[in-house]
Amino acid sequence: MPSAKRLILQLVNYTLFMGLVWYFSFSPQYVRLTPEESMITLALSHAGKPVQECHRKSQEELAKLPPNMRVLEDCPRERSPVKIEVLMDKNPVIDDVVDPPGLYKDQGVDIYKSVKVPTGDHEIEIRMNDNIRVKGATHHYRKSVSLESAQLLVIQFNSGQNQFVIR
Amino acid sequence: MKSVNPIKRGYLALEAWFNISFGAEWNPLYHLGTLTFFFFWVVLISGIYLFVFFDTSLTGAYNSVQYLTHDQWYFGGVMRSLHRYASDAAVMTIVLHMFREFALDRYRGFRWFSWLTGVPTLWFVITLGITGYWLVWDELGLYVAVLSSQLMDALPIVAGSMASNFLEGQLTDRFFTLMAFLHLLGQPVLLIFALWIHVKRLSHVEISAPRGLAIGSFIALLALSFIWPAVSHAPADLHKVPAVLNLDWFYLNIYPALDYLTAGQTWIITTGITGLLMIMPWLPPKKTGTAAEVHLDECNGCGQCAVDCPFDAISVQTRTDGARWEYEVAVNEKLCAACGICVGSCHSSNPFRSSGKVLETGIDMPQFPIDEVRSRTKAALDALTGETRLIVFGCDHAFDAAELKSRNIAAMSFLCTGMVPPTLVEYALKNGADGVFITGCRNGDCYYRYGNVWMDKRFNEGRKPMLRERVDRSRIHVFRAAVTDGRQIKNELAGFSIRIAALQNAPVNSASGEDGNA
Repeated sequence: MPSAKRLILQLVNYTLFMGLVWYFSFSPQYVRLTPEESMITLALSHAGKPVQECHRKSQEELAKLPPNMRVLEDCPRERSPVKIEVLMDKNPVIDDVVDPPGLYKDQGVDIYKSVKVPTGDHEIEIRMNDNIRVKGATHHYRKSVSLESAQLLVIQFNSGQNQFVIR
Repeated sequence: MKSVNPIKRGYLALEAWFNISFGAEWNPLYHLGTLTFFFFWVVLISGIYLFVFFDTSLTGAYNSVQYLTHDQWYFGGVMRSLHRYASDAAVMTIVLHMFREFALDRYRGFRWFSWLTGVPTLWFVITLGITGYWLVWDELGLYVAVLSSQLMDALPIVAGSMASNFLEGQLTDRFFTLMAFLHLLGQPVLLIFALWIHVKRLSHVEISAPRGLAIGSFIALLALSFIWPAVSHAPADLHKVPAVLNLDWFYLNIYPALDYLTAGQTWIITTGITGLLMIMPWLPPKKTGTAAEVHLDECNGCGQCAVDCPFDAISVQTRTDGARWEYEVAVNEKLCAACGICVGSCHSSNPFRSSGKVLETGIDMPQFPIDEVRSRTKAALDALTGETRLIVFGCDHAFDAAELKSRNIAAMSFLCTGMVPPTLVEYALKNGADGVFITGCRNGDCYYRYGNVWMDKRFNEGRKPMLRERVDRSRIHVFRAAVTDGRQIKNELAGFSIRIAALQNAPVNSASGEDGNA
């Protein structure tokens, strides 16, 4: 049986150990957003347009090919990079250019980006270019929003409707 | 005098404090590994209870945890708190365990394997904790889920955006089924496998903490669970950003970095630190001494050295030399730590044998053969003058025995005191020593894990090869001291010297025969 002195010392040590466990289990508190902040998340899954138009082969060109390789159109696999800008009150908050993944750069692009922004009423403008053959934005969207404290505003692209969605 | 770096000095001071509080037997710093296993047991048992009530669905997960925490606070709530605090305590003991091995330079040389495999084990534990936080599905769970997914998205092996799953309308109950599978089965199995690998090169692995320490730790965890029960944040809301978080810094410490760095940068930093930790045994490498050598002429294949080897470097195999014995031992040089404990285990390491000839034993250390041990002991004793003549048998990894030398005190340092054959003590007493003082690493803290333990058992508990009963124990004193314990060991030696002086008129009650075999 440990002596009283030893038991007291053990109690002190256990208390110190558990004190450390307790403290770092909850503290220090991490403030990710202040009450005056909210967040915009751009979650985009979109495939850029092919870098070149499909080439329609002439009869002469087809004739030169073996019969099993006579495909009428020759379409390049590589897709355009997706350039996207999100502006809030005309100030850019997200500005990104993403190359298509894949060995032949032929995959769709996934973008997930979050930025902290101040709360309040704002004008959100989105410009996207998904076609290297076109100068300027191929998609454009604008919306007024009112952001509350800690609100998450999500910007997505609806491929079916070919337009941005803000919610 | 051996130089001691400040980190080691500080750590040894901390160990000494815990020795005062707990004694060597319960000193938590000597049981960090077994204490971690104990915390895992608490985590496992409390986790099984929590799972009984846990609802693996998007809407039910949070409510089921709330039910346990508040409606069933007296048991379910306590179980939840035990689950959390024991997990946190395990991280603390693991980190302390790593720091200890580093501070005491026990991570290089022959220990490289345990260190190398131990570092990723910490990550297995951390990721197990992370999936645990997802399951609660409160604001913290959402935060962890989204940021973990962003980390995963940065890996080139992940197609698509995992983080997008946590936007409104994407999440289904299947997510919780997957997380529950990972947290309850997949990750624990991986962790057990990692722990098995981690201790693969050790023998006599202990996974049970001393009972007193386990009880004390459990009472402390229980008290903390009652005083400060673990509670959830507000339920996860996919429209809101978790703004203020009471992070569990033991597990979630890398997540705030993602607010300042990209996921790719966070990966580079964490994998860089992990990689650096893993290659530490080679920065710079530590040379392990020459491996033990088997002398089959003196080995009867009893296998005691194989039993005693702390690093599983000796195996027993069928005899290869045609001798009448059935077995012989073989040393795996890659595993041998060159501790010499096997020399102390061999019954042939008996200095009373082969008098006047070269002494050979069944297994020997080329850097300090048993014949040299005997001749140096004899020479050291012959050189002593004075009334009370003592010899100190020390250890290369503990207090420097050479510092204790004087005109009437001889000193010899061994690779480990586990290398000292019990018959050598008897030999010293018969050849001019009035007393034998043995020192080595502090109790419970042998550099080679079991040198102290086996020596004590050979001297007092009949472990083979044992110290004969007729050897006068009053002329033998064991006092273990770390390199920083100079004052204590000198006082202890002075006291022993006085006691021996008082016995001077009494005859040495030692063996009288030429052959010292027990």
